[in-house]
Amino acid sequence: MANASYPDDLLYHPEHDWARVDGEEATLGITWYAQDSLGEVVFFDPPKVGAQVSKDAAYTEVESVKAVSDVISPLSGEIVAVNETLGDSPETINDDPYGDGWLVRITVADPSEQEALLDAAAYEATLD
Amino acid sequence: MAETLRRGPLVQRHRAAGAKLIGFAGWEMPVQYAGIREEHLAVRTGVGVFDVSHMGEIEVRGRQAPEFLQRLLSGDVRRLAEGEAQYGVLCREDGGILDDEITYRLAEWRFLTVTNAANHERDLDWFRARARSFDVDVVDRRDDFAMLAVQGPEARPLIARLSDGGLPPRMHCCQRTVAGVPALVCGTGYTGEPGVELLVEPARAPELWDALLAAGAAPAGLGARDTLRLEACLPLYGNDLSTERGPIEAGLGWCCAEATGFVGAEAVAAVRAAGPRERLVAFTLQGAGIARAGNPIAGGGVVTSGTYSPCLQRGIGMGYVPVDSAAPDTELEIDVRGTARPAVVRAKPLYRKDA
Repeated sequence: MANASYPDDLLYHPEHDWARVDGEEATLGITWYAQDSLGEVVFFDPPKVGAQVSKDAAYTEVESVKAVSDVISPLSGEIVAVNETLGDSPETINDDPYGDGWLVRITVADPSEQEALLDAAAYEATLD
Repeated sequence: MAETLRRGPLVQRHRAAGAKLIGFAGWEMPVQYAGIREEHLAVRTGVGVFDVSHMGEIEVRGRQAPEFLQRLLSGDVRRLAEGEAQYGVLCREDGGILDDEITYRLAEWRFLTVTNAANHERDLDWFRARARSFDVDVVDRRDDFAMLAVQGPEARPLIARLSDGGLPPRMHCCQRTVAGVPALVCGTGYTGEPGVELLVEPARAPELWDALLAAGAAPAGLGARDTLRLEACLPLYGNDLSTERGPIEAGLGWCCAEATGFVGAEAVAAVRAAGPRERLVAFTLQGAGIARAGNPIAGGGVVTSGTYSPCLQRGIGMGYVPVDSAAPDTELEIDVRGTARPAVVRAKPLYRKDA
């Protein structure tokens, strides 16, 4: 998508990652700002289902023509699904970062971690 | 605190064209506009224009200019006629590469050497320290020129339409007026495509930029410049070339005329005679993944440049490997941040128009 957008129904991590919490699970991805900074994503090596992710720690990488970037998890939990379609079409992360460009789904280990995350307005305020 | 970045005359034009600007070798430069892949393909199929005003220029003039440059540059300067260009390297006594450069012979006793931005000051010191025993003047011309590279299959026809005279052949240069702007037009480039590089007075660069865009050239940034040069297997100083290795290892023996006695010639000749222990090779990744500079290659090699190739649609790169692993089709294993990824040595260049 061409223009910046930060949907109100997501929680944001200041390292440019989002979480869509749905009951005991959450879907994770990178923000419009992150994909715009990276440029065209050309490679995503999906992590394994069953792997543990920790809040504030890198759980995978996305790679653009010019650079590789760690992806930071906004929440802790276990990966229950990965977006396998990104292997063949990683550019979906640029085209639809909050929809078809999602990266993984996790179980939420500690709901209280969400309190440390930002809402859309607070996250946008961190961007220059 | 970050050092203040130098700004070329086109920064406002880059902003207007939607560029992302980054610090590069002390300059604020455009890394991309529409996107690296799109700009890359525009240069491969049409014409792109790059602002490369960060490049440095050193003029050498005087009756002993040829003899002086013969001592510093690896090529045979006697074979460089007026209006011609020559690629070469600047070596230390031990053969380590200080810079790679293109020198234009503007007149019988006037030469212009284009340096890499990050090396310009060091090159200038190197030139000046050795100029004392020659009847020459070494003049820093960095602030006198903006440089635009117009590259791609449509580049020369586009420039020909805007020029008041014929264009120089490859590796030649001549003075022309392009879109009304006096320019040193050089048949050189860094993309593997036909094209020209234009050296102009900085104050005139914005109007030339506007005319090039109006004529159909797509603005292209340093990101696409890197992917294009790597597909063409043109080495980049600071990545593929450094003081740690010499020109023979880097595959640049073709531009070294040791018989001229340039600084470092003995060391270069010794490596050429004995054979180097390692060579700079080009490779493609076999499957997924993109190797990057610094990734180790199993068996004692190292990646010096790595990126994603928009034309080959896979990871590509160059790196130094032991000579027994340097032949095309040799299988390599590259440690990409902890994952062993298979790669294959390929003949240079990695991209050819008719391939």
